[in-house]
Amino acid sequence: MVDLLIILAAILAGGAFLFALWRFLLGPTRLDRVVAFDVLTIVSITFIVFAALIEKRGIYLDVALVYALLSFLGVIAIARYLGDRF
Amino acid sequence: MSAFIDFLGGLSLLAGSAFLLFGGLGLVRMPDIFNRIQAGTKTTTLGTLLTLLGAAMLHPEWSLKLLLIGVFLIFTNPLSSQVTACTAHYRGIKKSSLTKVDRLADDESESMEKSVSKNPDSEHKDKEEAEL
Amino acid sequence: MLTNNKSNVFVKRRVLVMFATLLLFWLMLQGSLGFDVIFIGILVAGLIAYLYPSGLSFFTEFRATPEAFKAGFRYYAYFFKELVKSNIRLASVVLSPSLPINPGIVKVRTKLKSKMGRLMLANSITLTPGTLTVELKDEWIYVHWVLMESDDIEAATREIVSGFESYLEVMYG
Repeated sequence: MVDLLIILAAILAGGAFLFALWRFLLGPTRLDRVVAFDVLTIVSITFIVFAALIEKRGIYLDVALVYALLSFLGVIAIARYLGDRF
Repeated sequence: MSAFIDFLGGLSLLAGSAFLLFGGLGLVRMPDIFNRIQAGTKTTTLGTLLTLLGAAMLHPEWSLKLLLIGVFLIFTNPLSSQVTACTAHYRGIKKSSLTKVDRLADDESESMEKSVSKNPDSEHKDKEEAEL
Repeated sequence: MLTNNKSNVFVKRRVLVMFATLLLFWLMLQGSLGFDVIFIGILVAGLIAYLYPSGLSFFTEFRATPEAFKAGFRYYAYFFKELVKSNIRLASVVLSPSLPINPGIVKVRTKLKSKMGRLMLANSITLTPGTLTVELKDEWIYVHWVLMESDDIEAATREIVSGFESYLEVMYG
C-alpha cells in the first residue's frame, strides 16, 4: 500500500520535472532557464529522498543535503553573474 | 497504529508531489519571469517540506537529518528566487502586458534624472534583446 | 575601559553562539550521541569558533528573552499557515483555465532595523500569498504581487508586511 503511494508520488514529481525541463528548454531568456534550473534541482532533491525511501538506505539523505547546499550556491552564482555584480 | 502513520506519510508524500506538479505547471503557464519565479518558489518549498515530512513519518529514525534539509530549504529557497528576481529587474527583462504598476522602475528613473552622470540602463536592455 | 569590557562580552557571546550552532548541526547530522561523536564535535566546533569569531555575527541579533522565544513560536505557526494558504491560492490560479492574474510591483516600508530581521521579513514575504521580494533598499522593500489589490504604499504595507512585522519586531527589533 505504502509502496504504491510512494510510486504514485514519484510519478507526480516526474511530471513536475518534465514541466520544468520544458521551461528550461523553451527559455526564452537566460534567467528563465535559471529559474527552471532552480526548480529542477529542488525536484531532484525529492527524487533523492524517494530513492532513499525505496532502497531504505538513510545514507542517501546526506547526498540530498549536500546537493541542496551546492545547487543553491550554483543558482546564486549564475544569477549574480548575469547581473554583472561580481 | 504504525500502519496508519505509514499511510499518513504516504499521503503526505503524494500531496507534496502534487504541489510540485502544480509548481511545474505554473512555471510553464505563467506569462513573464516574475510570475514564473512566484510559481516556482512557493510550491516547491511546500512540496519538498511535505515530502520530507512524509519520509520522516515512514522512517522516524531519519527525522533529524530530514529536519536539517528542511531548515536549509526554508532559508535558501526564497533567497535564490529573490536574487533571480532582482537580477531580472536590473536587466530590464520584459514584463507581461498585464503588469500595471512598477514602483521600482519609477523610482529608478527618478534617481536617474537627478544624477545624469550614471550610465544609462538602456545598454543592458539592448544586450538582453540581442541575446534573445 | 567600560566600553572595551562591554565589547569583550559581546565577542564572547558571539563565539559561544557560533560554537553552539555548529555543535547542534553536527549532532543533528550524525544522529547519535556516542562519546567519540561528541568529542570530535566539541573539538572541531571549538576550533572553528576560535578561528572565525565573527562568522555568524547576524545570529546574535536574536534577543534571547522569553518574549522573543514566545514570538518566535507564534511567528513559525503563522508562517506555516500563510505558506499553506499561499500554495492553495497559487494552485487554484494555475489550474484555472483563464489564468486570472493582476501583477504589479509595489513599494512597502518596514520598521525593522536589524539585518537579520529584514532578511527574515523578506524571506517571509517571498513565501506568502502571491508576493515576491524584488529589491531591498534601506527601509523600503519592493514587492512583486501577483494578485495586486492596491498600489498605495500604506495599504500595501498593511496588507503584506504588518502580519510578520509584529512578531519579528519582538524577536529582532
